[in-house]
Amino acid sequence: MDFNLSEERQMLQDGLRRMLVDKVDTKAIARGDTAWSAETWQALTEMGVIGALFTEEQGGFGGAGFDLMVVFEEMGRAGAPEPLLETLLAGRLIAELGSATQIEQLDEVIAGEVQMAFAHSEPGSRYDLERVATNAARDGDDWVLTGRKSVVTNGGEADQIVLSARVSGAVSDREGLALFLVPKGTEGLEIRDYPLTGGGRGAELAMEEMRLPGDALLGEAGDALPAIERTVARGSAAQCAEALGLMERIRDLTVTYLQQRTQFGQPLIKFQALAFRMADVLIEIEQARSAVINLCGHLDADPTTRELHVSAAKQLVGATAKLVVEESIQMHGGIGITQEYDLAHFARRLTMVEHRFGDALWHLGRFARLRAA
Amino acid sequence: MDLTYSEEYETFRRDLRGFLEARLPKRLADKVRLGQRVTKEDHEEWHAILQERNWLAGHWPKEHGGAGWDAVERHIFEEETTRAHAPRIVPFGVMMLGPVLMKFGSDAQKAHWLPRILNGTDWWCQGYSEPGAGSDLAAIKTTAERDGDHYVVNGQKTWTTLAQYADHIFCLVRTSKEGKKQEGISFLLIDMNDPGIEVRPIHLIDGGAEVNEVWFKDVRVPVENLVGEENQGWTIAKYLLTHERTNIAGVGFANEALANLKRIAALEHQNGRPLIEDPLFAAEIARLEIQLMAMATTNLRVVSAAAGGNAPGVESSMLKVKGTVIRQEINDLTRRACGPYAMPFVSEALEAGSNVEPVGPDYAAPVSGRYFNNRKLSIYGGSNEVQKQIIAKMRLGA
Ligand SMILES: Cc1cc2nc3c(=O)[nH]c(=O)nc-3n(C[C@H](O)[C@H](O)[C@H](O)COP(=O)(O)OP(=O)(O)OC[C@H]3O[C@@H](n4cnc5c(N)ncnc54)[C@H](O)[C@@H]3O)c2cc1C
Repeated sequence: MDFNLSEERQMLQDGLRRMLVDKVDTKAIARGDTAWSAETWQALTEMGVIGALFTEEQGGFGGAGFDLMVVFEEMGRAGAPEPLLETLLAGRLIAELGSATQIEQLDEVIAGEVQMAFAHSEPGSRYDLERVATNAARDGDDWVLTGRKSVVTNGGEADQIVLSARVSGAVSDREGLALFLVPKGTEGLEIRDYPLTGGGRGAELAMEEMRLPGDALLGEAGDALPAIERTVARGSAAQCAEALGLMERIRDLTVTYLQQRTQFGQPLIKFQALAFRMADVLIEIEQARSAVINLCGHLDADPTTRELHVSAAKQLVGATAKLVVEESIQMHGGIGITQEYDLAHFARRLTMVEHRFGDALWHLGRFARLRAA
Repeated sequence: MDLTYSEEYETFRRDLRGFLEARLPKRLADKVRLGQRVTKEDHEEWHAILQERNWLAGHWPKEHGGAGWDAVERHIFEEETTRAHAPRIVPFGVMMLGPVLMKFGSDAQKAHWLPRILNGTDWWCQGYSEPGAGSDLAAIKTTAERDGDHYVVNGQKTWTTLAQYADHIFCLVRTSKEGKKQEGISFLLIDMNDPGIEVRPIHLIDGGAEVNEVWFKDVRVPVENLVGEENQGWTIAKYLLTHERTNIAGVGFANEALANLKRIAALEHQNGRPLIEDPLFAAEIARLEIQLMAMATTNLRVVSAAAGGNAPGVESSMLKVKGTVIRQEINDLTRRACGPYAMPFVSEALEAGSNVEPVGPDYAAPVSGRYFNNRKLSIYGGSNEVQKQIIAKMRLGA
């Protein structure tokens, strides 16, 4: 048993923390002046951070759950909205399913030279991963796709989009899904992109008889769901780790504020009613950390075990995110809901964690069902 | 015990419903329903329509241009107007300053200022809070020094709601540094067009700019704008705060928000079925509805006692805490109901006629912003911690 970081991971954490400090302009993001910064992206790639998300075999130097945890926790602590998670999701799918030629593209992905997106969720699918209505039909050697994808993070900026579609079956069948690699500017693909509440940009994708060559298919047609689930499990781990970093940052901001702000001639932290609530926040964040460690340690376990931990972590992190956001805003008073104070961006970004890959309530139900099965 | 309204009240309710159907402009109701931003002109238009029936300040006595409503009628008005998606009445003149002037103002002040509140000549804002004086309101530092027929005001107010629209501000100012800090405060009416006043917007977490900083540099205010006696301001401030806390439970708003949540949960789908049929989600809605049903009656118990002449004390603190938390929980569940579509942040989509389409269903556009913005409910009007302190002091001997 050892809960310490290896020397390499410790170095990665230190380096990343030092590099990201003061890099993220949280106020500009909260104002909506910028979604994410190319300069920070550049700095991340120069540090080789993307390599930590992939195994040596895939061309990286990490790829394990705890590598993701270290990287994304620091992204969270900085409030960095750069689309690293999208590179993880799309890159891992290419690495797992790609043909020899498709896998060649991974070098560029890991070098951070191309922007990626994973387009899976649809207007009616909510968080159900098997629910895909976008249709892909064979036409000679080509594929022709029609349908819509919703809230695709980085979709408007991506050079390559890994996009799911249904080749057979009913809309909620587990079988019948396929993944495609769609380059930017493909004819028949319409994109509306917009800012997201937590920073970064999202996009609505509309495919109207979008024609793709046969070699755009990623893996086998009809059998993509298990790989999507494995990848979303990794994405959820990354996202939960990011949430953890955000929570700790918010906790630090709030504690510092309570120590500095005086009312009735005393620093606010001296009011026990507030100090006890802050103590609760501390306790719950530690619980969330343990849930994230559980998940990161089981990403390569059998699917049932892995998915139990996905839902356990997402439930606990989601519930804790709400507690941390609401308590920290309340204890700040008015300043806590102003755009020009750092908390605004952190609170928004942390809250939005629940709106991707499932919120606390959804995962509570899912956990219960998985346990009963 | 009788839970029904008397026939007299039911008649009033019918009359009011008919009026709202006939006179509430659909354009305004749509804005409110869709969570779009309501402009200054919108508010003024609605105020003028209400005043046709003396209903803008229905709870004011008839002699001052009100309708002389009791607490029950006032409650019915809140209930029906929120149900109809009417814009809320801007409270600063009607709910706050009006009652203060009636109680503490001179005859000349009443004659001058009260009609102007009702006919829309003046738009008031509330200058209480300062950077160093929030919960500890008596710590205000803005000074007013006597100079002949004038007070000279220097300092800064903050969090001033809608000061960007206002032409007048009522302020707590320090007129004495002697004795206890509560004893040196006065209540002053100030014209925002006076030289030396500067208003700077504060943007909030949802992108809107409903609050401001208001700066005063050597602003000269005629002494006749002092309300009550010099150094009597703290008494007036406390009186005003009890008025600020009427309808604090916000039952009408909560009912409306719950109906909206149910509508959204019926339209959203999970696993191919309406979200509202998901047992877990349905249970969360039910939990809130049970709370709300009870709170509506708690509120009526207080309202009914008030109509009988008992000024609510600690009860309004209880209603404030419970009412704000329920509304915030409904906002929280509403953002969850929208799933991924709570993520897009398209501020322009909240401006009516902006031609920017919301992303996803129109009901999803305001939900995240409203969730964050309504964290204010437990912060302003006396924070929920301050309310609990009042409860603890008045009821628990703390
Ligand atoms: C949207 C908005 C609109 C507003 N509009 C107006 C307006 O129009 N005019 C106006 O004058 N003001 C307005 N206010 C100001 C509002 O009244 C103050 O924000 C409020 O009084 C709290 O003060 P503060 O923000 O300075 O927080 P603080 O007083 O610094 O409090 C911070 C936190 O500490 C808690 N706390 C403080 N003291 C204690 C204690 N002794 N024990 C336990 N907990 C404590 C508070 O409850 C709060 O949670 C507005 C505020 C907001 C957010």
